[in-house]
Amino acid sequence: MREHLLSLTLFLPLAGLLVLLLMQGAQVRAIRVWALAVSLATFLVSLVVLSRFSSTATGFQLVERAPWIPTLGVQYAIGVDGISMLLVLLTTVICPIALLASWNVTTNVKAFHALFLLIETATLGVFLSLDGFLFYLFFDLVLIPMYFVIALWGGPRRLHAALKFFLYTLCGSVLMLLGLIGLYFAHIRQFGFPSFEITELMKLTLPLATQQWIFWALFAGFAIKIPMFPFHTWLPDAHVEAPTAGSVVLASLLLKLGTYGFLRFSLPLVPQASSDLTVVRILLTLSIIGILYGALVSLMQREWKRLIAYSSVSHMGFCTLGIFALNPIGLAGSVLQQVNHGISTGLLFLLAGMMYDRRGAREISAYGGLAASMPRFAFIFGVAVFSSAGLPLLNGFVGEFAVLQGAFEVSRTWAAFGVVGLVLAAAYLLWLYQRTMLGPITHEENRNLPDLTTRETFVLLPLVALAFGIGLYPKPLFDMVQKPVAELVERVHHK
Amino acid sequence: MVSALHLLWLVPLFPLAGAAFALVARPSKRVITIVAPGAILLAFLWSAASVWQLAALPSRSVELLLGTWLPNIGADWGLFLDPLSSIMILTVTGIAFLVHVYSVGYMAHDDGFVRYFGYLNLFVFFMLLLVLANNYGLLFAGWEGVGLASYLLIGFDYRRSGAAGAGMKAFVVNRAGDAGLLLGLLLLWSVAGTVRFAEANAAIAHLGSGAGIITAIAILFFVGAAGKSAQFPLHVWLPDAMEGPAPVSALIHAATMVTAGVYLLARAHLLFDLSPYASSTIAAIGAFTAIFAATIALVQTDIKRILAYSTVSQLGYMFLALGTGAWWVAVFHLFTHAFFKALLFLGAGSVIHALHGEQDIRKMGALKNALPITHWTMFVGAVALSGIPGLAGFFSKDAILAQAFNSGATLLYVTGLVTTGLTAFYMWRLMHLTFYGEPCVELPAVHESPKTMTIPLIALAVGSSLAGWVGVPKGWNAPAVFRWFELWLHPEGGGASRAAGMEWILTGISVAVALIGISIARYFYGHKGGVPHTFAQLVRPLQGVLEEEWYVDSIYNRVFVHAFARGGGRFLNAFDTRVIDRGVNAAGAATRLSGQVSAWWDRWVIDGFVGVFAYSFKLASYPVRLLQTGQVQTYALFIAVGVVAFVSFLAFVR
Repeated sequence: MREHLLSLTLFLPLAGLLVLLLMQGAQVRAIRVWALAVSLATFLVSLVVLSRFSSTATGFQLVERAPWIPTLGVQYAIGVDGISMLLVLLTTVICPIALLASWNVTTNVKAFHALFLLIETATLGVFLSLDGFLFYLFFDLVLIPMYFVIALWGGPRRLHAALKFFLYTLCGSVLMLLGLIGLYFAHIRQFGFPSFEITELMKLTLPLATQQWIFWALFAGFAIKIPMFPFHTWLPDAHVEAPTAGSVVLASLLLKLGTYGFLRFSLPLVPQASSDLTVVRILLTLSIIGILYGALVSLMQREWKRLIAYSSVSHMGFCTLGIFALNPIGLAGSVLQQVNHGISTGLLFLLAGMMYDRRGAREISAYGGLAASMPRFAFIFGVAVFSSAGLPLLNGFVGEFAVLQGAFEVSRTWAAFGVVGLVLAAAYLLWLYQRTMLGPITHEENRNLPDLTTRETFVLLPLVALAFGIGLYPKPLFDMVQKPVAELVERVHHK
Repeated sequence: MVSALHLLWLVPLFPLAGAAFALVARPSKRVITIVAPGAILLAFLWSAASVWQLAALPSRSVELLLGTWLPNIGADWGLFLDPLSSIMILTVTGIAFLVHVYSVGYMAHDDGFVRYFGYLNLFVFFMLLLVLANNYGLLFAGWEGVGLASYLLIGFDYRRSGAAGAGMKAFVVNRAGDAGLLLGLLLLWSVAGTVRFAEANAAIAHLGSGAGIITAIAILFFVGAAGKSAQFPLHVWLPDAMEGPAPVSALIHAATMVTAGVYLLARAHLLFDLSPYASSTIAAIGAFTAIFAATIALVQTDIKRILAYSTVSQLGYMFLALGTGAWWVAVFHLFTHAFFKALLFLGAGSVIHALHGEQDIRKMGALKNALPITHWTMFVGAVALSGIPGLAGFFSKDAILAQAFNSGATLLYVTGLVTTGLTAFYMWRLMHLTFYGEPCVELPAVHESPKTMTIPLIALAVGSSLAGWVGVPKGWNAPAVFRWFELWLHPEGGGASRAAGMEWILTGISVAVALIGISIARYFYGHKGGVPHTFAQLVRPLQGVLEEEWYVDSIYNRVFVHAFARGGGRFLNAFDTRVIDRGVNAAGAATRLSGQVSAWWDRWVIDGFVGVFAYSFKLASYPVRLLQTGQVQTYALFIAVGVVAFVSFLAFVR
């Protein structure tokens, strides 16, 4: 069992899905409980993985390898390092929470939960894959269940949003595949045998020009996924139309596939192109634009979820800013920011969804003064807002500050722009809070809204606890990413 | 005996526990009435014991490491107690305790009573974290934390849009200042590799005087300080913060939080010692803020707003002192100001309480006898603020003016001096319109506040009378105990040293200016006629400008809120949907169009060609199809013929 621990983590949701398919669609409660139990079991297994994981070891750990399509050199190779360990944990934490939050999904319950478990396996697959082909497979596999989740359980314009999301990100990932195939053939040319494995591809020595086109091909896949400015416009549509759990998984997990791709593929496999001055400048500029642009556009949104979607563009800008600072502190900050964005934005979407369940209105103007009728909701929403706004001693600050440190080492001006993003974040988040929670109650139907139910409280509390935990004591996270980040920097700067 | 110093972390822990108890456990009113002030009292007593022990240590400083926080910048959970932070914790916990006691009465009928004390305890926790941190990172955490508490308490009555909006404004404007502080932190870290006070100071000292980077850090720190301490041009949030309950204004927006900027720059005084440019900048901005805010206070009619601008003005004095290099004098004014300004705010709260929420001084008057304790305590506060000899404000303000005079910058000195006159004027205008003159309300209906409110007022009045006597001027040749403050903070000496004669002259001048201010106020408001008509006509245009608070708020509203945030946001939003997203959708549409074109091509050309090709086979197959009769007999015949032909071939041809 020990040597297959990661496979167990990876395929547990899928196995649960197979069992779930045997259940009767009418047994709604049993299906919900089963899916939740499976995702909780996956979380427990991931904790066992964590207990076996060592922050001090270098390279990939708990690696499993088996030939899959030998003629093509495709391997089933999975493993973790500090970066993927954190993202795996984020996935296994978010998934049960999103499932518990979907208790009120009443149509096609069986299909919904089946698709959800598929999303979990596919997401875990992306973070665990050590083989480019396997990675690509999972990377695109995520799209299919997500498409259906938006298209079947979404809002009024769900078909448009789902199709846009699917096609846009697919376009990117096809280009990414092209980049991976480029690496693959280069490997055949240089070593005489085919391989998609990351550790193999890292041995390549490629001329800068080759590296550059591969970089941009990979960039297309990752930048759309993150999404970086100006490839972000699928995100607000998808978020607004998606059901709550869809939004949560999309924001907390799927956006990280892009940043993770940069860390796992772009930087180590085409290090020269990734550290090329022009490339870095373009990427940093796009990150800064994303931070400020996302924040300013957030300020003007009239819809609750759309505002959070644009805030994601701004926050994810910090992630890429940290990556392309290309120094240990920036990279570590980026990984932490990815985790923290998953927690804070997950909370914000969960809360928006709970409100939507009660009132069915997406416009911010439909709310106001809710703190009076829903004090517990207002309290947790406050924590989420300040966590997202980067208040010290909550989680958001830790990553953003480290990213700013990293950016500062590269360019003080860029860091200064990033800091402006923090000021704007306070503005759009507090304004959202003010328009929804504070002031007089402006709509009669808001006067007697029920406060959080026990189930909803259980949905939110784990993330609130994490927000405080990471904010007060982030050292374990820094320790975990320290080695892989050092290796990345080493690779980028000494190649 | 347990050493209080070793358990120094209990000082911030008491209020934190109180806050958690109030906000999470949601106890009854009766319980929280004991617990919340009790937590602060414990913190105060523990602070006093710690400081007592500290004084006995030869090093006069103690550092406590509790754990890791941000390993990447050397910002750990560490506490640091030295003379400077000891003054701060005593002031903070002492005033906070009195404000808590006062609040028990003031907030008695508020349905958010428990929540209020939770927030108030939370504020004290963050404030203590701020002043006890052993590094700028943790200091920043406390710094933003007090901002949070301030946000929560300004918007405490969140059902009123005004309160909620003022809270947000305070937080966002503070954030703008914090952006400067954050960049300063990063710059300091890039120089020193850590933000721990000890190492950072060593690195700064190593850089030596005149390094540009030191000036940069110092200015960035000052930007942060200007936000928190409401210095021009970031002062705009403080007057609006008066939306919060009066005791909140007293504690947070007068006595403690707003002085955090002064504490920060006093803590980082090495930067300013080494950067004359940064020092003169803060001196100039401090002096300007002092007179600027005082002019606005002259014409305001809301009792708390007058005091708010007065606070901005007094904070300006503190920055003026910091700019002259006499950081300990700034801290001295911080210390005395905490007493008399908290007193004035609590007194104002008592008046408002008695008048059921009325804050307009034009609708008050002749309250002296109805509110005797409030009147007499506020009288003491007003005298202290005006700089009348013997009371707290006199000593500290005079020390600042002396510093300004000795720095040689006459303009700074004159500005400070004129501000003294303005201060005396607006304070006595307030006193006259509130307590003397003609009544505006049914006096018998007005009752003095309960004891929980008046006792803190009396305590603060005593403090305002005595607090100055620990810092009498050098020239008085008083025993050391009367100069305790400076000896404790800054035993090295230095600063203004001047001939005793000069000192007396300066004191005489500033007292004379203060008396002139008071006399004018008495002349204007002390008799029935009010402000002389000709004078009123003369200053009407200026009065308008002052009533609009020099238009700073409206300019900000136009530039930042409307033009930058709304305009920019709206423009980018339109750009996003009309350009970027339309581009994406257009790409999608173009793809679909090309799909339709290829479908047409496929159907009529490719498929047509294939069709023609297929048809030709169909035609060609016609003769062959004739053979396919489907009759077994025919096939049998063909087979037979075939076999015969084949056999004949083998037999005869070969």
